[in-house]
Amino acid sequence: MNAYSQPAGVTARDLLDVERIRRDFPILHQEINGYPLAYLDNAASYQRPRSVLDAIRHYYEHDHANVHRGVHALSHRATEAQEAGREAARRFLNAAERAEIIFTRGATEAINLVAYTLRETLQPGDEILISHMEHHSNIVPWQLACQRTGARLRVVPITRSGELRLDEFHRLLNRRTRLVAMAHVSNALGTVNPVAEITAAAHALGIPVLLDGAQAVAHQKVDVQGLGCDFYAFSGHKMCGPTGIGVLYGRREWLERLPPFQGGGDMILSVSFDHTEYNELPYKFEAGTPDVAGAVGLGAAIAYLEQVGMDRIAQHEAALLEQATRAIAALPGVQLIGEAQEKAGVLSFNIEGIHPHDLGTVLDHQGVAIRAGHHCAMPVMDFFGVGGTARASFAFYNTRREVDQLVAAVEVARRMLA
Amino acid sequence: MPKPAEPLARLYQATVLEHSRQPHNFRRMERPDRQATGNNPLCGDQVTLFLREADGVVADISFDACGCAISLASSSMLTDLVRGLPPAEVQRLAREVAAAFNSPDGDLPGDLAALAGVRNYPARVRCATLPWRTLGAALEGSPSPVSTE
Repeated sequence: MNAYSQPAGVTARDLLDVERIRRDFPILHQEINGYPLAYLDNAASYQRPRSVLDAIRHYYEHDHANVHRGVHALSHRATEAQEAGREAARRFLNAAERAEIIFTRGATEAINLVAYTLRETLQPGDEILISHMEHHSNIVPWQLACQRTGARLRVVPITRSGELRLDEFHRLLNRRTRLVAMAHVSNALGTVNPVAEITAAAHALGIPVLLDGAQAVAHQKVDVQGLGCDFYAFSGHKMCGPTGIGVLYGRREWLERLPPFQGGGDMILSVSFDHTEYNELPYKFEAGTPDVAGAVGLGAAIAYLEQVGMDRIAQHEAALLEQATRAIAALPGVQLIGEAQEKAGVLSFNIEGIHPHDLGTVLDHQGVAIRAGHHCAMPVMDFFGVGGTARASFAFYNTRREVDQLVAAVEVARRMLA
Repeated sequence: MPKPAEPLARLYQATVLEHSRQPHNFRRMERPDRQATGNNPLCGDQVTLFLREADGVVADISFDACGCAISLASSSMLTDLVRGLPPAEVQRLAREVAAAFNSPDGDLPGDLAALAGVRNYPARVRCATLPWRTLGAALEGSPSPVSTE
């Protein structure tokens, strides 16, 4: 059974009532250039159900004030609203306690928070281990940390099918490794990495593990305690939540050990010009007035995903990915980029003689929104010897009809340009 | 439903596709007098221009590129337009063409007129202007790669 196969007799229709779900997403019901919009750029950003928009609006219309500061009713309600969002995120990741959920602007800031604070413990000769399939946001923060400390960035290579070279991972992991930072799911290839095995191997040497979950949380149930990872980062806007909010999960032991990230209000217990005492977790890492509306929207997004059901989401998307992969691979001159056994949500491909940007423009003309380019993963593109790829990425609200629309649009592009 | 070919045909005209499929002067040059590389970091397009001067004019020009049909066609047309011109005139042309792509009705000389449709695609204008910005950098002897961002 390969990555694209489905249990016999199971169709997408059995798993999810997609048409009913789509009614919850106002933005999906529009035409682009006279065609129905087929939004297949979900790996870049998801769309939001009305419940998320309503929750944000309700918060601003009824409950907004600054948090943790006022004795008045609205301040209390705003604080409660933010903490409800935090509790939703804790439940979503199955973290042990709410204090382990740090709100950030997104996965990028979450990774930067760890890179910046861990930096103070790094010394020349120390090593940070990442993989060749990382998004730039899980490369550059570590490069900056290494440049400032003399630590060394080491990179686990990948195979031609886009899988992590586990043999190389085990070889590169050593007593000088200070952290392993890996994508849970690759944004450019769709590869699902064996993160439980990675974490177990690192922990056997006492090395902490950070997982970039930006492309994972909307596609499958994530259990940070089950995975055993020390840090887990994700973005709200890639799982039906608002832009500008994200989460860093950190195991208490590590969050207590790391110094504060930014200084300001909310992250302190007391301040004098001689000495400042930092606040308890999670507030130690949350300087300044937080994005309360973002936390509210995130909580609503989590509730929505939970109601649809992560298992059904994963099955529906697997069926769409299989349908799309089969149809696109059957076209002449197609090169699939990323053919891992375990994949989630992403179909990256090139067509001989057509640059991905031209393909993207022709598809847009037919209402099909995909991403064309390097997907902020230039090392991946270099590895496959391509300047970029066309990437269709699927969400649970996508339909088989939209996959058909994608394939038909690619055929038009091929006839016009190849 | 509209036929996608109608609006798209204005962007991907036959002249554009001829240049992108078989670009003119698409080769690297040994020991050029001037050379510059331009990048479009958003899409990863890259173009390198090579120029040789003799008798006060651009005697030879060629390019190497990894890019979309629009940037390849624009580069190919550029080499046809620039050959034989004095460097000062080339510099002026580079400025004028880049400005024309970014204005609603500026004149685009020679085959470049076929690329006028790119103005309807704000995300793609920089594909057309990339080689022209790179040309400007080559003539100024700009040592670092130019970027469209």
